[in-house]
Amino acid sequence: MNVFGIRTERRTVWLTASLLALAAGLGLLGLCYGATWSGPGEVLAALTGTERSVVISEWRLPRVLAGVVFGAALGVAGAVFQNLTRNPMGSPDVIGLDAGAYTGALFAITVLSGTSGQLATGSVVGGLLVSAVIYLLSFDRGFSGLRLVVIGIAVNAMVTAINSWIVLRAELEVAIAAVGWSAGSLNGVGWADLRIPFSVIAVLLALMACRAHAVQQAALGDAIAVTTGVGLGRLRLLMVLVGVGCTATVTAVAGPIAFIALAAPQIGRRLAGAAGVPLLPAALTGAVLLQGADLLAQMLLAPAALPVGVVSTAIGGCYLIWLLTKEVGRA
Amino acid sequence: MTARLTARDITLRYGDRVVSTRLGLDVPDRAFTAVVGPNACGKSTLLRAFVRLLRPAEGRVELDGREVAGYPHKALARELGFLPQDPLAPEDIRVRQLVGRGRFPHQSLVAAWSPRDEEAVTSAMASAGVADLADRLVHELSGGQRQRVWMAMVLAQQTPYLLLDEPTSFLDITHQYQLLALLTRLRDEGRTVIAVLHDINQACRFADHLVAMKDGRVVAEGVPADVVDAGLIKDVFDLPSVIVPDPVTGTPMVVPTLQGA
Repeated sequence: MNVFGIRTERRTVWLTASLLALAAGLGLLGLCYGATWSGPGEVLAALTGTERSVVISEWRLPRVLAGVVFGAALGVAGAVFQNLTRNPMGSPDVIGLDAGAYTGALFAITVLSGTSGQLATGSVVGGLLVSAVIYLLSFDRGFSGLRLVVIGIAVNAMVTAINSWIVLRAELEVAIAAVGWSAGSLNGVGWADLRIPFSVIAVLLALMACRAHAVQQAALGDAIAVTTGVGLGRLRLLMVLVGVGCTATVTAVAGPIAFIALAAPQIGRRLAGAAGVPLLPAALTGAVLLQGADLLAQMLLAPAALPVGVVSTAIGGCYLIWLLTKEVGRA
Repeated sequence: MTARLTARDITLRYGDRVVSTRLGLDVPDRAFTAVVGPNACGKSTLLRAFVRLLRPAEGRVELDGREVAGYPHKALARELGFLPQDPLAPEDIRVRQLVGRGRFPHQSLVAAWSPRDEEAVTSAMASAGVADLADRLVHELSGGQRQRVWMAMVLAQQTPYLLLDEPTSFLDITHQYQLLALLTRLRDEGRTVIAVLHDINQACRFADHLVAMKDGRVVAEGVPADVVDAGLIKDVFDLPSVIVPDPVTGTPMVVPTLQGA
């Protein structure tokens, strides 16, 4: 007789299935939509290889997969940091990790030659540096999530200013490329850009999935987490690495896409009716949100494609205002 | 008296602030030990050292002769259960879920939830008197109800040791006595209970072993009837009192002599 949590369990299964279906539906729509509309039949034929279509399998498919996979990675990164800070605003895009990763990438483009390896390394180093700075500044005889968030918001502003400065000083061609990318965009993403990021994200997400139970347990607070058998020090380190790794990997390819990491975990949590900030709903919601936002970005001013970051930031700004008023009201 | 859990000459401090210096304490097996003392005398800190939330700057905390810091995380969590003073529940968690989190040290990556876990949770909720709250949201409960829910979580952990930091602080008087009676029942079943208690008279009535602390030191320890006298209360709490036998149990009862003007 397993009465325990069977309601949540069923709800989670149901939610997982519906979000997967939704992501698949949005993905299919993404494959159909473009300068010319392709019917689902055409898409299916191209996917199964019965009919060759460069547009679908070389242009649209990588973009759609990037939307789904990057969305999931950002959702998990957000959930990880919201768990660490125990604060719904403690997400990588709010506390400046995206901006830091972008600084690293900008450095790779403007100072180095800007190969994809340099971009990826630059992003990860930038993200790690910013997280180290925030951690050092906010660590004052103990760890406080709220203090970390507040300091992170300030660091984010400073790092964003540095980014603008780098772009202003760069040569015109480089600057134009950098600015187009600064909002976060999946325009023109191809297979060559994705192989390494997808493998990195797969490893990070698999690592995190193995420790998901411990992450949930850690939400009970440090004392109970430790005395019920969570190795908190190592878990935190892994969480920071996964959170920064996912954020930086996505930023290296697509630029800083705001809002997904902030909102996906909270929306997923409410949909799942779960306690704390669970990782799986965050990942699935992130995939749906980013793929949906990217479709909107392509459709709004068609045939011109907006960077997806513009859409996500517009929606995210409203969400952040709502969240801030709620948090302030609670304090 | 045997003691599997001991503190040997431990020095405890937070940063530069030293709480205890070279403190030694044997926790008698299968007994109910009550730790009493004025505010900020280092009772909670001592408990935190036992469950390795605080690593001693010097000395060792040992379980079965082995330093607790050397145990694997879950192995130690199957021995020592701990209830801190004001634990914080995650948002939107229900009572049954929270109590279920006590099963964490018994679960592995492959075997998530077993009938044994189910049984442990059900009986823990019954013992702590929260069975009727099972489907309620924890943050909607009163302070006293919440404290009993956390108690149930620690019980679900099914550890031979229970270390409780002021487990009665939010409870009304009835629930205080019910909880203390529960702790003595658990003691009778073979568990070792160590509780920080505020009420010296409750400590004298229910505990087998009393530890009186002041300024980070153990001032006196032993069977309450042997230890408690007016001199000790004056020394530890700086409170003039007379000691009379508890009319119900005959254990020492402290009656302060301070009166309103």
